[in-house]
Amino acid sequence: MTPTPSEDKPVEPERSLREKWREYRKPGYYEELDYAWTMTIDLDRCMGCEACMVACKAENNLPIVGEQAFARGREMQWIRIERYWEGQYPDIKLRFIPVMCQQCEAAPCETVCPVTATYHNQDGLNVQVYNRCIGTRSCAVYCPYEVRYFNYNDHHWDQPLEQQLNPDVTVREKGVMEKCTFCIQRIRLAKDHAKDDGRRRVRDGEMVPACVQACPAEAMVFGDRKDAASRVSASLKDARAYRVLDELNTRPSVIYLKKVTG
Amino acid sequence: MERAANMNERDLSYADVNRDIVRSLVETGPKYYITLGCAVGLTVVCFLFPWFYQLQLGIAAAGMNHPQVWGTYEAGFIFWIGLSHSGTLLSCVLHITRSSWRKAMYRSAEAMTLFSLVVAVIMVMVHVGRPWFIHWAFPYPNQMELWPNFRSPLLFDVTAIATYLTGSSVFIYMGSIPDFAAVRDRTTGWRHHMYTLLSLGWRGTDTEWHRLGWAYTLLAVLIIPLAVSVHSIVSWDWASSIVPALHQTIFAPYFVVGAIYSGTAGIVTVMFLLRKYMGFERYITEVHFDNLGKLLLALSLIWTYINVLELFTGWYSGDSPEIEALKYKLFGYYAPLYWEMILFCAFAPLLLISKRFRVSFVPMLILSIAINIGMYTERFLIVGTSLSRKYLPDAWGVYVPSLVELSILVGTIALFSTLFLLFVKIFPSVSIYEVKETLAEAAAEVPERDTGAAGGDRWQPAR
Repeated sequence: MTPTPSEDKPVEPERSLREKWREYRKPGYYEELDYAWTMTIDLDRCMGCEACMVACKAENNLPIVGEQAFARGREMQWIRIERYWEGQYPDIKLRFIPVMCQQCEAAPCETVCPVTATYHNQDGLNVQVYNRCIGTRSCAVYCPYEVRYFNYNDHHWDQPLEQQLNPDVTVREKGVMEKCTFCIQRIRLAKDHAKDDGRRRVRDGEMVPACVQACPAEAMVFGDRKDAASRVSASLKDARAYRVLDELNTRPSVIYLKKVTG
Repeated sequence: MERAANMNERDLSYADVNRDIVRSLVETGPKYYITLGCAVGLTVVCFLFPWFYQLQLGIAAAGMNHPQVWGTYEAGFIFWIGLSHSGTLLSCVLHITRSSWRKAMYRSAEAMTLFSLVVAVIMVMVHVGRPWFIHWAFPYPNQMELWPNFRSPLLFDVTAIATYLTGSSVFIYMGSIPDFAAVRDRTTGWRHHMYTLLSLGWRGTDTEWHRLGWAYTLLAVLIIPLAVSVHSIVSWDWASSIVPALHQTIFAPYFVVGAIYSGTAGIVTVMFLLRKYMGFERYITEVHFDNLGKLLLALSLIWTYINVLELFTGWYSGDSPEIEALKYKLFGYYAPLYWEMILFCAFAPLLLISKRFRVSFVPMLILSIAINIGMYTERFLIVGTSLSRKYLPDAWGVYVPSLVELSILVGTIALFSTLFLLFVKIFPSVSIYEVKETLAEAAAEVPERDTGAAGGDRWQPAR
């Protein structure tokens, strides 16, 4: 029995353009991310060994700029250990804080790039597209954390050092801005593996960025904030958790656990 | 009317005006060629070579470093945009307020606008890391299927500057059409052909004058808000960041005033040089310097006020990064430059209170150059001091410009001079018909004078 269309099809109520628009434009749909990659860094554990810096250099094909360029303040280090001295000799304390791109949710660098070379991706990461960058360097000016590094010139690797370059990561040209990516190549790989295994999501701890992997004190924890069972979600509940320059409202995805001195 | 009366006193007839101004186009002495040669040479040696070197090497050729990613190039860009501000804006404002003293100077002021803008655009090319991709900042359908980022103040810049450049070139060209026709009628050879093309078949009929008058006034009215918006937008490049001492709501008016200030000083410099070397003593007179001096004085006071206010709001916020940036500005590494700027831009212009100073040409020239040095310093300091002291003390640092940067700074001045020197030989740098209007107005007041259109002129006042 085929129903006659005129009887059984409900008559669509007249909807105003405004209603249609509201339906179409689901508020906040663009904020729903697949993942929310987050890192916590326990400053109580950090001893400033700089293993993360070395690991990052190796993983991400960061150039060794040489003595001269270093002296001119052109070193390339996506993660750096900032050192802050407290007190006067002999009662003196040294504090370390590893600083890398904070992957801000409201990143100032993203708004200013005229060519959209830096934008927010579906994983909640602040990504940098090297090929699109024209090198206005305004993102570095806008970044309050000073974690964007500019390629002042082309870099080269002496033989046989070029053999150790990571094939998963581009070597950047002169005139291009770059920064920490949370090792996006590893994230991509993990997502691919998850897909191959018929899983929808990457498991907690399946991948970690190079710095996290290298940290001997296990001060850094990396994971998905959306997954309530992940290690990083647990460490976020720590009472010591804070964000650097929180008052600027950039909403960083890197959360530090305060060093407690007693 | 004071101005017109002056002209009559010096027995200027229509024929004199034609002769003087056409002469400035066709008679070229060795002095001009030497100057042009120097300017072109300097442009090549100080601008093109270093830029080429920088393109080869990368921005490493400049002195910029990690916290200080913007340097003299960005400062130079703002400076040239600023210098462009007075020309067309002043010309428009004076046109719609019908100030007759504008007439002898507006053409070269507008040319200054145009060429400063050109140099500013070139500065952007010098500034960016990969200038060969600069077209990606334009909204055009490209192979990446990607629009530029419309949220970016830098993109607003591209739009604003492109509009301003278009507006001011149309404005200067349209205002010159009757003059091109006048020159066309008095020249021979290739010049005649060139001016025939440039004058677009202008015959000087009533309808043509009427339309020109309308279009010119309309464009003038349109350009005034544009000029204000351009520099406001340029200031947002900095003000919309969250960097201490850059994140200031006062920046838009501050930049507009600063721009008009340095632009007016630039006009004084150009006026002096035109008067001295192009033989326009009878057209550019003390009246112009007096009026421009008054304007400069007013602008310097506003500029100083905003400057003090900027310090005050920084201090009043009580925000520790803001206070640090403030202290650094006043007493830090770049402090000598800061106090130099205050001396040149806030104190020195107070001399303009005296009329004797305003009408003496050489002191005015020196002052106008000093103001522009101060204004360049201001732009440099805004970048220099703010980026040296951002939030994290670990990333604090200083920056000193490299030789390449300094050379390019000199080179851009040479480039500007080259463009201007070419301009004075193509465009009548003093408006023929508007100067004649002034004469006619004066003649109406002094009827006994013979003001017959000498030399078979058809030039009648438009309005």
